[in-house]
Amino acid sequence: MCLAIPARIVELDADKAMVDAMGNRFKAKTTLLPEAKLGDVVLVHAGFAISLVDEEEAKKTWELFAEIENFEKTQNKLSG
Amino acid sequence: MANTEPERILLAHGGGGQLTNQLIREKILPHFKNASLSELGDSARLDLESASICFTTDSYVVKPLFFNGGDIGKLAVCGTVNDLAVAGSRPVALTLALIVEEGLELRVLERILHSIGRTAQQNGVSIVTGDTKTVERGSADGIFINTAGIGIRLEGAQPSLDKIAVGDRILVNGTLGDHGMTIISQREGIRFESQLESDCAGLADLTCSLFENVPGVRFMRDATRGGLAAVLNEMVEGANYGIEVSEADIPIKPAVQAAADMLGFDVLAIANEGKFVAVVSSDAADECLRRCRAHPLGRDAALIGEVVPSQDLPLVELRTKVGGKRIVQMPYGRELPRIC
Amino acid sequence: MLDRIAKAQHLIDEACQTLDREITIMEVCGTHTVSIFRNGIRSTLPERVKLLSGPGCPVCVTDQGYIDAVLELTKRDDCIIATYGDMIRVPGKAGSLETRSSNADVRVVLSSEDALQLARDNRGKTVVFVAVGFETTAPATAVAVKEAADEGIENFCILSGHKLVLPAMRALLSGMNDRVDGFLCPGHVSVIIGAGAFREIVDDFGRPCVVAGFEPLQIIEGLAEICRQLSAGQPELKSIYGAVVTDKGNVAAQDIIAECFEAADGYWRGLGKMAQSTLKLKEAYKRFDGFERFGLDDVPGEDDSGCRCGEVLCGLIEPKQCGLFATQCTPQTPVGPCMVSSEGTCAAWYKYGRRD
Repeated sequence: MCLAIPARIVELDADKAMVDAMGNRFKAKTTLLPEAKLGDVVLVHAGFAISLVDEEEAKKTWELFAEIENFEKTQNKLSG
Repeated sequence: MANTEPERILLAHGGGGQLTNQLIREKILPHFKNASLSELGDSARLDLESASICFTTDSYVVKPLFFNGGDIGKLAVCGTVNDLAVAGSRPVALTLALIVEEGLELRVLERILHSIGRTAQQNGVSIVTGDTKTVERGSADGIFINTAGIGIRLEGAQPSLDKIAVGDRILVNGTLGDHGMTIISQREGIRFESQLESDCAGLADLTCSLFENVPGVRFMRDATRGGLAAVLNEMVEGANYGIEVSEADIPIKPAVQAAADMLGFDVLAIANEGKFVAVVSSDAADECLRRCRAHPLGRDAALIGEVVPSQDLPLVELRTKVGGKRIVQMPYGRELPRIC
Repeated sequence: MLDRIAKAQHLIDEACQTLDREITIMEVCGTHTVSIFRNGIRSTLPERVKLLSGPGCPVCVTDQGYIDAVLELTKRDDCIIATYGDMIRVPGKAGSLETRSSNADVRVVLSSEDALQLARDNRGKTVVFVAVGFETTAPATAVAVKEAADEGIENFCILSGHKLVLPAMRALLSGMNDRVDGFLCPGHVSVIIGAGAFREIVDDFGRPCVVAGFEPLQIIEGLAEICRQLSAGQPELKSIYGAVVTDKGNVAAQDIIAECFEAADGYWRGLGKMAQSTLKLKEAYKRFDGFERFGLDDVPGEDDSGCRCGEVLCGLIEPKQCGLFATQCTPQTPVGPCMVSSEGTCAAWYKYGRRD
């Protein structure tokens, strides 16, 4: 019941945010994380950001996140 | 006359009278020009080069009708083409039965028909006969489509479950989960923007290339509903062997994995519409892989596992990225998203 | 990654040698249960290390009385029942939300915010939000209740089934299952309550507590740390999920829980009545309490189905020791919530393990 993945805030208006996880964009609220800013990576659970994510730690913790730099460069292209 | 042309489908369009004829001649036929269809007979008369044929049918009820990478029309052609292709045949002709909901916009229907025509042409198949019915508002989600298809069996291609043996390798022609996650991403209540795209495509050109040139293709199935997990489990049912696949070797796009992780789906059980799972002899494996990767629909092809002796029960097992092992079961019907 | 795994496995092997006995580690989070199964982690551990699943699946520990109360509401045609997907198939005395023919509109939602929006969009009906989950999910419910209060949305209420993890852990160690040597602590509950919340388990019971995330490497390294502590004979509190967990947790979330909710005694499936283990709405927000509004109670009834979910939830038996497992009780025909919930121990065994 604790599904949550790290996602980057790409839009923010008061406590209403749009977050991006590997190109998938979801709505999320930052009501529980008032310090969140545009560009931050946050942990999203049940439609709410519940924690800031330390990006360096994230690369060591989530396998998929470690690929994020590659992803952002090649934009989801696996083959040439 | 332009000013009497209705903009939406009426029940009368399926009545078999004037409106039906008008619809067929003006809106449907133009997309599928071929000799058999133009006769508009009750049946198509086909002269086939061989009496050894494959014959299949499928119905398409996908919602939404249009999605990233395809639509119900493209699906209706590719799905049936692929059923013929994996059976070791070259698809030649399709029937097209439409069940249209009263009130569907004509331009939506035309978009779908255009897509069917284009996809059929790209895949070398003709729509040779068809049927059009209409149902009352609420009885269909816009449109339901059924296609039946005929393919000419390739000489020497006799894929069969009986041929599978210990030591054979498992091959897929590319990334898994693309179609299913794309559809889910556009479903009411879960909708999210994404770069996800359905992999909907006709595979006959690729499969024929394998069947005709590489001896040792034992068996093939397209991995639609139920995904890879369903296909592998079907293969081991009642068999005296098991299958072991390696998680690290299974190609999955990061965006697809991320979407699945967010919603709690298992990518192995998600539908594909442009992927086959093939069992090939260990000698043929490298050649099959090479051929796939040289083809636009097989660039991300991978050898993901092998057929192994069965301990007691025939099982499908996954070696996980951390070196663990777990069983891959037959998915049980609808995968509901886990929420939180 | 492989070298980190090798290192972890070495620590685990060392503990087995040093202690020369069975080591029992429990996780108390359904998401850990699923991840352990999905990644085949048990198969990477030595025989002597036993992983137990505890009462960490919020749907599984929701007792039948609560479900029956929700099902009571399906008789009414003035309600919209908004629920997370997991609850749809949980069986009550007479069917589930999925199978029971309902006068009420039943909708699956992904967020408490969706439920509140349903209330805004359907003024003629009362939206009842089936609020299940541990501390990770309770803040989301609290935000929705507060917003309803601020905006004056009176056609909204919740049935709080929220539960607290620590009382369950204490109850286990105090009697129900004291064989547990150490705990893998829930990563996302810790994001909210802080890793420091588990310090009392270490201090009062002398058990290692390690907070870990849900990736397989996190779990393996978490288990290794527990083993290292057991070898050294020094139980500690440690977190390896520093990417998102702090010692204090998310204070804003804790504050909003405290504003709307207070701890109360409540019923947990399998564990019975536990003091101060559930959340109920405070007086200031009582008008949003669905139990009061509709005169419902969630007192559990008798269960004579042969279901042994309770023992499974305490880690006392494995699913295959329940006579109903994979015979009468399957995902298609579930008898108890451990099989129906996607995070239930029985569902995980059925889906990823052997059924014979």
